[in-house]
Parts: sequence; C-alpha cells; structure tokens
Amino acid sequence: MRVNTAYMIGYRLYLAAFFIFLVAPLFAAGMFAFNDSMFPSLPWKGFTFDWFFNDTEPKLGMFHDKRLLRGLYYSFVIACWVSVLSVTVGTCNAFLFVRSRLPFKNVFYIMMIVPLVIPGVILGISILVLASTIANGLDDAYDIDLGFLRPGLLLVVLGQFSFITTISSLVITARLRKFDASMEEAAFNLGASRLRVLLTVTLPYLRPAMIAAGIVAFLVSFENFNTTLFLVGSESPLTITMFDRMAKVGSTPVLNAVSLFLMVASGLLALVSVLVQRDKSTG
Amino acid sequence: MKHRDARRLSLILLFTPFALWIALLIILPHIGMGVLSLREKVGPRQYEFGFGNYIEFAMEPIYWNTLLRTGWMSLFVTAITLVIGFPIAYYIAKIAGRRSRGALFLLCLVPLWVSDLIRAYGWILLLRETGIISGLLQWAGLASQPVEMLYNDAAVIVGLVYTVMLFMIVPLTSTLDGMDDAMIEAGYNLGGSRLTVLRRIIIPYAMPGIVSGCIIVFMLTAGSYLTPILLGGKNSSWFTETIYDQFITRYNWESGAAFGFLLLAFTSIVVWLGLRLSGQSLATTMARD
Repeated sequence: MRVNTAYMIGYRLYLAAFFIFLVAPLFAAGMFAFNDSMFPSLPWKGFTFDWFFNDTEPKLGMFHDKRLLRGLYYSFVIACWVSVLSVTVGTCNAFLFVRSRLPFKNVFYIMMIVPLVIPGVILGISILVLASTIANGLDDAYDIDLGFLRPGLLLVVLGQFSFITTISSLVITARLRKFDASMEEAAFNLGASRLRVLLTVTLPYLRPAMIAAGIVAFLVSFENFNTTLFLVGSESPLTITMFDRMAKVGSTPVLNAVSLFLMVASGLLALVSVLVQRDKSTG
Repeated sequence: MKHRDARRLSLILLFTPFALWIALLIILPHIGMGVLSLREKVGPRQYEFGFGNYIEFAMEPIYWNTLLRTGWMSLFVTAITLVIGFPIAYYIAKIAGRRSRGALFLLCLVPLWVSDLIRAYGWILLLRETGIISGLLQWAGLASQPVEMLYNDAAVIVGLVYTVMLFMIVPLTSTLDGMDDAMIEAGYNLGGSRLTVLRRIIIPYAMPGIVSGCIIVFMLTAGSYLTPILLGGKNSSWFTETIYDQFITRYNWESGAAFGFLLLAFTSIVVWLGLRLSGQSLATTMARD
C-alpha cells in the first residue's frame, strides 16, 4: 500500500483524538474522587482519600455510606444469580443449537437473538405487566398474595436474565462450534460413558467460554439500569441508588469514589476474562 | 432404538430451558403488554377492549413528535457513530501492527466495562457550567465567563455517540479483519484512487459489519433512557421518558403499554427496512461466528 506521510500523520492524530474522547469522561469521573471539596468540579482543592474512607458527615466516604453499601450488596447478589442462571441456560442453548437435531433450528436461533435487540425499557415493562397481571389475578380470584411477583429482587434477576442469556449463549455457542468432535470420539472409543465424556472432555473445553460469559453477564447485570428501573422494589441495586442521588440530591464526590471503585473492579474482571480466553485458545 | 430415545430425551432436556426462557420472559410478557395496551379505562376498575390508547397517541402531537424526534436523533447518532468509528476500525484491522492491534482493540472496549450511569456522569462533569471544559476554555482565554454546554441536544448526541461507539467498532473490526489485504492492493494496482478503493472494495466488503453495527447502535440509542434524561434539557424529551412517565408517574399502565409497543414497532420497522435495503438478514449480521 502506498503510504503518504502527511496522510498517516493525520490518521494518527485522528486516532489520538478519538482515544482522548474515549477516556476523557472516565478520567473526569475518576479524578474528582480525590478532590478535597464538597463538589465534583474545579477548582482543585487538594488530594484526599476522604471520599472513600472518611466516616463522618458531611464528607461521608463510600465505605461508610450505608445506602451505597446496601446498593452494592444488592447489585452483587443480583449479578451472581444472573450470571449463574444465564451461563447454565446459555450452555444448554449452545448444545441445543450446535449438537441437536432440533426442527426449525434457524427460527429458534433468531428467537434466541431477539432479546438483545428489544429495548431494555420494553423488556422491563413487559415483565412487570405480566408479573403484576398474574399477581393481581390470583389476588382477586383466590385471595393469594404472591409477593415475589411484585417488583423486587426476583423480577430484577428475571428481567436482566431475559436478555443477558442471549449474550452468554452466543459466547458459549461460538466456542462449541470450534470443538473438534474427534476428541469426543476418541474418548468414546476408549470406552468412556456419555456423561463421563461430557464432564471430562467437552465441558473442560467449554470452561474458558463459560467463565468469560459469566464475567460478562456479571458486569452487564451490575451496570444495567433500563430494565432494572421498572422492576426494582425496595431493594435498590447500586445503579438505581446512584441515579437517585444524582438526579435528586445533587452529587458530592462520593459518587466519583463509587465510580472509580466500579471502574477499577470491572476493569480487573474484564482483564481476567480476557486472560482466561487467551490462555486456552493457544494451549 | 434405545439410542434414538436417548437422543430425543436429551433434545427435550436441552430444549426445556430455552423454551421456558423465551416463552415466559419474552413472548408471554409481550402478549400481556399487547393485551393491556388494547384495554381502555372507562371507569374505576372497569375496562373495555379498544384502540383508545393508540388513538390517544395519534391525537396528541406531543407524543408522536417525541417518538419521531427520538427516531431522527437515533438515526443521526447511528450515522455519526458509523462515520467516526469506521476509520478507527479500519486502522485497528488493517493498518496497526500485530502487537498494537490487540491493545487498541482493548482500549476501545474500555467504556463497555463502565456503567452507562458513570459515563453520563463523566460527561456531566466535563460539560457543565462549572465543568472541566468550561474551566479549560476560561483558563486558555477563549471564554470570559463559565460556558454551559449541558442540557441541550448536542450534549445528548455526544453522550449517546460515546455510549454506543464500541458496538459499532467491534462488528466493523471483526468484518474488516477477515478481509484479504490483496483485495485492497489489487484495487490500487488497477489504478483506483483511495476514494474509489474505499467505495468500490472496502465498504461493500464491510457491509455485513456495517449493518449489524448500525442495527445494534440504533436499537440501543432509541431505547436509551439514562443519557437523554441526564444530559438533555427540558425540551429534549426521549420517548422512553414518556413511557416511564405513563408507567411510574401517572400510573397509566394501559397507555404506557401502548407506547411501549409503538416504540418496539417503530424500531423493528426501521431495523427491517435497514436489513431490506442492504440485503442482509438478522441471523447473518448478528451472529456470524
């Protein structure tokens, strides 16, 4: 390819500008976590860790803020459930679409992808409507009150699960497609049972994809807002708690501290998922 | 014979979770929402079947204006994201050396690991009157007083482009990555200018990636809630906000459900048109690997 120097310099500058654009808001959100001021804005009043560790109002640090910690806890519980459920169903789906002789496979495959293209707000309200309709119906007809069908943790988990499963299915399916069937045949020829082959050959092969899918599911669940917003009960996960504070109270740098904490934590998790996948694909 | 029974049993066992998931969490809720949207409230706890909620939408310009505005702005955001993202994807897939390629790609993914909320918060801190950009402008002498750049459509567009950028870059990069350099080389050797090669060779080859990127970006933008509400002003209402208002603030679930359906129908039609015009299908664009 003919390389024109001025053209390449321009291209590189564009690239640099783009990455500044990518990093700038994250940098802004993280930076003010250390500003010794009541407001997350300039001027810079000096460096402090108060927004993480201070235990008295008005500069209550995030590790002493009960509501934020409770939000963190609920987010964690929800994300664990969602990732376990979606990886389980995603693994079944992978076998269903790669291995089985399912009739109308292509139609079902498209149905599996559809949840990803439905706006999250719509998923949220449709599940809310169905659950409330059932709960109200049972309440009116038989006087049974099923509290778990009211907005709360279960509905949030189901709502997030409904589209995150598509992601985990796609990740695990992609890996299973690359599987060399002769490995299983070899095990069968050596006299291994079906279950044993599954447990000792196929699932270990899928493990990196399952771990990566689980991590992605965890992160997407942790960050989700749109679907959660409609299904949330009194147990608000972190994103909802933060949003309430941002919209109503006017923010203090404690939100920046939480942001930085989440960025670092999810960055580490992302790194783990990348390493897990890379490690196995070469070996 | 026994083998076939085992196959059938395992098929049923594998199909059950899939069927439960799709039926209980996707199909039934949407049917329920459709039924609810066709109920008109005629009195306290009294309902009638009818299209009243949809008629209400059609009669009230503020509702369909919001939907149209959401649609236009989403298309606009999609176009900008494509124009900004394509050179980046091309650089990563075709120009960057092997070692920097992975690093650049990972760098593009960085915003994915951060919640929408934090991204929007970051933009608030940058753009608002007391924000960083305003401060920098004053420090550089380009502005004599604080500049408010938040709470307008431009801020919403910047925030949305930022939020959805990587969903454009990932499919573009993976499509361009599969392209043989010899094709581009041949184009140049045959005397094609840079523009001709781009238009006649690279873009047609990247079409599946472009379409899938555009679909995801459009759906995410049209269905977004946080970015418009946090960065937009009083006049820049997004259709999802209207849905939220009907559901939570006014507790008018019937019309909220109708609005939800309209948003879904609207975005589906746009996606279907996009697939038709580009000659692609959902299965080939969304899950090529």
